[in-house]
Amino acid sequence: MLVGDIETTLTPEETQYARQQLGREPSALEWAMIDAEWSEHCSYKSSKPVLKQLPTTGNRVLLGPGYDSGVVDIGDGYVLTLHIESHNHPSAIDPYGGAATGIGGVVRDILCMGTTPIALMDALKFGDITRSDHSKWIMKNVIRGIADYGNCIGVPTVTGEIEFDECYERNCLVDVACLGLGRKDELLLAEATNPDDSVYLIGGSTGRDGIHGATFASRTLAADSEKERSAVQIPDPFTKKLIIEATLEASRAGILRGCKDLGGGGLTTGLSEIADKGGSGIEVYLEKIPIRESDMSPIETLISESQERMLLVVKRGSEEILHQIMRKYGVTYSRIGGVTSTCAVIVKRSEQMLASLPTGFLANAPIIHRDSRLPRVRKPEAEPPVPENLGKVLLNLLASPTIASKEWVFRQYDHEVGIRTVAKPGEADAAVLRLPSGKLAAIKVDGNARFCDLDPYVGGASVLAECCRNIVAVGAEPVAFLDHCQFGDPNDEEIFWAFSMAVKGIADFARAISLPCVGGKVSFYNQDEDTGRAIKSSPVMTVLGIVERPEHVTKSALRKDGGAVVVAGKTKRELGGSEYYHLLGLNGVTPPALDFEVEKNTQAVVLECIRNGFVSACHDCSKGGLGVALAEMCVAGGRGATVDLRNLPRDETRDDELLFSESNSRFLLATNEPENVLNALRSRNVPAATLGTGGGDSLDIILPHGRLQADLNAVQAAYATSLERILEPWQK
Amino acid sequence: MKVAVIQFPGSNCDRDTVHVLKNALGLDADLVWHNEFNSGPYDAVILPGGFSFGDHLRGGIIAAHSPATETVVEIANEGRPVLGICNGFQTLIEAGLLPGALLRNTCLKFVCKWMNLQVENNNTAFTCSLKKGSKLRIPIAHNEGRFYAEEEILDRLESGERVAMRYVDDNPTGTSRGITGIVNEKGNVLGMMPHPERASDLSLGGTDGLKIFESMVEWARC
Repeated sequence: MLVGDIETTLTPEETQYARQQLGREPSALEWAMIDAEWSEHCSYKSSKPVLKQLPTTGNRVLLGPGYDSGVVDIGDGYVLTLHIESHNHPSAIDPYGGAATGIGGVVRDILCMGTTPIALMDALKFGDITRSDHSKWIMKNVIRGIADYGNCIGVPTVTGEIEFDECYERNCLVDVACLGLGRKDELLLAEATNPDDSVYLIGGSTGRDGIHGATFASRTLAADSEKERSAVQIPDPFTKKLIIEATLEASRAGILRGCKDLGGGGLTTGLSEIADKGGSGIEVYLEKIPIRESDMSPIETLISESQERMLLVVKRGSEEILHQIMRKYGVTYSRIGGVTSTCAVIVKRSEQMLASLPTGFLANAPIIHRDSRLPRVRKPEAEPPVPENLGKVLLNLLASPTIASKEWVFRQYDHEVGIRTVAKPGEADAAVLRLPSGKLAAIKVDGNARFCDLDPYVGGASVLAECCRNIVAVGAEPVAFLDHCQFGDPNDEEIFWAFSMAVKGIADFARAISLPCVGGKVSFYNQDEDTGRAIKSSPVMTVLGIVERPEHVTKSALRKDGGAVVVAGKTKRELGGSEYYHLLGLNGVTPPALDFEVEKNTQAVVLECIRNGFVSACHDCSKGGLGVALAEMCVAGGRGATVDLRNLPRDETRDDELLFSESNSRFLLATNEPENVLNALRSRNVPAATLGTGGGDSLDIILPHGRLQADLNAVQAAYATSLERILEPWQK
Repeated sequence: MKVAVIQFPGSNCDRDTVHVLKNALGLDADLVWHNEFNSGPYDAVILPGGFSFGDHLRGGIIAAHSPATETVVEIANEGRPVLGICNGFQTLIEAGLLPGALLRNTCLKFVCKWMNLQVENNNTAFTCSLKKGSKLRIPIAHNEGRFYAEEEILDRLESGERVAMRYVDDNPTGTSRGITGIVNEKGNVLGMMPHPERASDLSLGGTDGLKIFESMVEWARC
């Protein structure tokens, strides 16, 4: 609504609350600052009450949600920091710049804790690229944006996931997570605690790009959103690289009291949050802020989201040391103001007061308690007949973009810079990075919108469970996670219901396995205003795990002399939300069930088997089911397999269900000690069986009612080259 | 021996290279900020990979015109070993120490991949402890690493034993005749696109890269 002559996204209730709290009419600049800070994007005003359900504490958690990154204590004096950001709206209209600046933002979140960014992960969702040229264009440019930016700043992109679905045609999702490494005693907080400290703005100048970025992200997209290209920031990875070096050097010099990334909401958000956390105030001078265009108004300056800027709180008396460091790297710096004890964010031009807002008021938007409504129950669909040629179905599934190898993507990412990447993209269920302490970090991002669309509670929990399985499969113990909830317009009561249920599912499962949430993000309004179509519920989970010893690192390739193939977990009649159903044009009614206890036990015993040295390869069974999981292990190892599924632990199932059902809580393991593995699994009541062995040049699966045989070359071709054939049909 | 790894603004394999020299090989190595570099104490110099000066104008060209690179040219002319890796290779070409050009990959994409290489000449400062024809597995990661020169120059490089290494079975960047590493006439200056510092530990996928640095030590010894 229009207040103080400016267009805002504030509601009448919010403007009334603001006037009441201040006891006066705010100025136009103040309204703009309130609007930016109280945007859904920055304030979490709708989601906060729901997110409270998530468990956020644990032995290793030093800092949970509410800071720029979560901080996990991994022992030996080291910490890992992690955070996730989305750049969905910007990427929908400028995929290259939107994706690139998404990385820029999340890297600053890691940096401002005083930790070094050591790995990037991306979870991407696009429309159906087999049908839509628009989605192909979006995808290619998002990938190029991530590659150009991530490669240049020298942070490896080590893992990710990509889902394709028609619902993302107009609203792609671009999530980037970052992992940081630092010393526990060098941690920095985004807190301005000491009056008289200096406040510096470093890095790029403040321009008109990214104006209203946060409020833009707090609305649905429409056909005329193209006009909002100016709300997308301009990426400059070279400047970012210099900022990384300069900030870390300043941090290690011990001259910083606090550090804050300037992202959504720009200076307004940075200043108010750093002051609020520190229980202080900040006074800044407009004329000290380096601006790119001379005629920028105070409003534009305070809410611009220009990239590559950091706010530093420098200890009094250390200013000259900071100047030297910034000059070394050629990074622009300006002392824009100081910390005060007034508990207000004050903006002045010379001595003229332009804005003065109480810190606590500005930084804490009034909470919105939204209504939710249960959606109508879906009509059951007729069960399809069992296909005659299951081998062909398997090849089609392997070639479907969501399942197919993402090599076309990860070849474009420098995934090795930093020389830490032990399990590289495509080699294992999660990325594994070596750490200076001798331990290793495992990290993975996961999503499953089709499950969440059918049942957000079970779906949300299943996404977290699958992500944990991926971490366990590489030999790591899950230690912390990030939640990232992406939904349509929260004013829609059914969408808000789905959001609430997804968070509840995630929270309940996290509690069951004692896994703390250390941060996350919420992105609403992923909805096309013209068609009214919202994305499917798309929570994305990031799980961090720790591998205790290098020899525990386990990859997914069936190796020579790798031994027997063993399955852990029961396969059920659960095709709802599966890739197989999607291939047939079906949805199903319910996703696979998730029994928290069974999942927990299965993960625990698989990890135990890996740590005991029994396991030569391990792979989680998820998208595409057992058939796809086995084929993936064969392709990775360059060898076939012969398995008999007649003794697979299962419900009474059809052959297609047995192959493609995406039942939770299952792993495939290769082992030279099958008896030990089977005994360990069965002792914890996990159904298990030996299925066969790897080797040969075909995939041969004996089924209760038939047999699936596929040539390894055909399997390899379907899986490995599918994305390239779709995206660059002109390549050989 | 004492090795300098020069850090330009935008270098990003600088610390990796120092780490390997120090911890995998036990060498005395310094990370040197470009405008603090002086040649005196160093027996060899490495220009690391990355995006010096953001690859603005063209990969390596701004670094090539820096005072640090002027010193590198002097060191090279004195016969001390100089290695340019990836962006460092681009810099050595732009500085005129090596011929040819490094163009954008023919696939028009960044390529990060482990490659099989063959050593074509072992009479260089960085391949002398390897046998001619021996195979190495070292990864590449670049967008602009397609070595290009006129046919006549390529012929001269081949006949003058100046091709140090080439790809064996795959050439995803479309580089001329598979060439991915060349040396100067004296053999003390090598530019290579693959990253030897990344092939420095079994857990990372192999240790063949260490042989490049070990050769440097051996060359300095004799």
